[in-house]
Amino acid sequence: MSTGTGASDLLHAEDHGVDEIVAGKAPVAARSPLQLFWRRFRQDKVALTALAFIVLLIVIATLAPVIRSIAGAPEPSATSTDALDDFGLPSGPSSAHLFGVDDLGRDIFSRVLYGARTSLLVAFIGTGLSVLIGVTAGMIAGYFRGWVDTLIARVIDILLAFPVLLLGIGLASACSTKDGCLGGTLQPGLTIVIFIIVLSNWPYVARIIRGQVLSLREKEFVEASRSLGAGHGRIIFREILPNLVAPIIVYASLFIPANILLEASLSFLGVGVVDQPSWGQMLSKATTLLDTAWWYMFFPGMALLLTVLAFNLVGDGMQDALNPKSSKSR
Amino acid sequence: MAAYIARRLLWVGFLLFVISVITFVIFSVLPSGDPAVARAGRSPSPELVEVIRTQLGLDKSKPEQFIHYLGDLLPFVGGNGIYFGFSYQNNTDVLPEILERLPATVFLATGAVVLWLAIGIPVGMLSAVKTGTWMDRLAMGIALLFISAPVYFLGLVALILFSEDVGRFPILPGNSAYGEATSFAGKVEALIMPWCVLAAAFAAIYARFLRGNLIDTLQEDYIRTARAKGLSERRVIFRHGVRAAITPIVTLLGLDIGILLGGAILTETVFNIPGIGRYAYNAINLSDLPVIQGTVLFGAFFIVMMSLIVDILYAFIDPRVRY
Repeated sequence: MSTGTGASDLLHAEDHGVDEIVAGKAPVAARSPLQLFWRRFRQDKVALTALAFIVLLIVIATLAPVIRSIAGAPEPSATSTDALDDFGLPSGPSSAHLFGVDDLGRDIFSRVLYGARTSLLVAFIGTGLSVLIGVTAGMIAGYFRGWVDTLIARVIDILLAFPVLLLGIGLASACSTKDGCLGGTLQPGLTIVIFIIVLSNWPYVARIIRGQVLSLREKEFVEASRSLGAGHGRIIFREILPNLVAPIIVYASLFIPANILLEASLSFLGVGVVDQPSWGQMLSKATTLLDTAWWYMFFPGMALLLTVLAFNLVGDGMQDALNPKSSKSR
Repeated sequence: MAAYIARRLLWVGFLLFVISVITFVIFSVLPSGDPAVARAGRSPSPELVEVIRTQLGLDKSKPEQFIHYLGDLLPFVGGNGIYFGFSYQNNTDVLPEILERLPATVFLATGAVVLWLAIGIPVGMLSAVKTGTWMDRLAMGIALLFISAPVYFLGLVALILFSEDVGRFPILPGNSAYGEATSFAGKVEALIMPWCVLAAAFAAIYARFLRGNLIDTLQEDYIRTARAKGLSERRVIFRHGVRAAITPIVTLLGLDIGILLGGAILTETVFNIPGIGRYAYNAINLSDLPVIQGTVLFGAFFIVMMSLIVDILYAFIDPRVRY
């Protein structure tokens, strides 16, 4: 970039603006922040493709049993010794087993299919709960300030200083006995993974939201609303919250891939999902069969990689759409 | 400055206390089963369970147990130095076992850090300067791919491609070569693959981070001033741009080093490197709770210490930090 471009950029930008106005195609209409956000996001073809992939993935995960029976694959937990050779080693991809079978003779295609359910379920529920708690805490801290703010901000600082994966491993293994934790309310498996995700994510959400609310509450439109006699509830839900929707969506979209990876990592280490098929857990079991069954690690690994990549692409696209001045767009 | 450091030290002391509380809660308050049975490992004898119960005072109240636990952790209280507990599974103290494995973890982390800085920083800078070119797009595309790939999947793919035992192109020592290596050169050779795999995602994160920072920095007014003064573009970018854009990397780096020193558990597991992470992983498989608790404490300690170092360092290198 040379020194001259700044000025010429400005000129071009003005030309462009004038063109549009003269053409007069677009009717003058108020657009909500969310609509503007979507208009910008649509321009990013890569992110849009990734979004389509995610939608497809959600459909696949929801309809996993249907797809499994159409493909003629066995149940994910059905073991079949026929698919193992004389030495008890699993057989590779074939017409009977699209992605091959694992060490117990279970169909990998069907397990990868159901693994998508586990991954998405954990990531969506975990992220959703984190956002709910984070937004509530951040909102309370930023809006009411005072001692509540001090308290919440300190708790956030402490939680952010604590190593997530370590905390998760400790918690999951301490609760992995059959009695679980807290008198059995925290059972090993899905619940504990979601609990870890929420515990580690909400401080980030709360910190971001708190910062936003601190600046939003001083804006003129909030003052105007207050002087019209609006109460706290109205100001929070009708004035401030709508302005937070776009950033919330963006941050949620960045948390989802991280949470998919966290679930997979915990399952890989043997402290995550236990009863359902999970990609991380399959990769862990595949480690010992690396020399004889490459398909065992390849298909769940690729499923994990592509899913996380798609979410990251969408997250990137959303971040650029929210903040068009920053990094990628130029 | 002194006051700032003192405040940071106080905060670290407080954090360490909170960490001891949290680990105590996780391992001694939350679990619903018999704590003595949980600590004894897999299928313990009733006698062992009774021994553990009396030894750890598990029949006492929780606050008493916590004070006991705190006394064990603090070096000059409780009469047993810094004590991280005892693994009934292996009949060993936990802390010496951790320290014995520290060198392998440090070796793995150091090599990976050097590698990812050597790749991430130049790529990030180049991408920022050449924003929008095919080079930038390609580099950022590859970076996103590495960020999305879990380190154990990358590790397994690397093993199946390049390792001497199971690889298609057997050019590098395979899984568990580190433990078998006797010479320094052998250990280095055994770590080439783990270093690359561990560094891949970090290099990608650093490149993206630096690129974003540098692009933002290059739009600042003082950069325009520097250009207007007639400085060469090279000088503007390196002396004015990179200087400011790279400082936040220090924070990131410090925290990442802290996390890795606590054990690169996933990488160590895949490549069977006898470090702290592998120790923790084995303990998980054996339900050896005292070891898991010890490694969690140890890792948390490193992370807090690194964040202290980073905060102090940062105050020195970035004059904009307010004390």
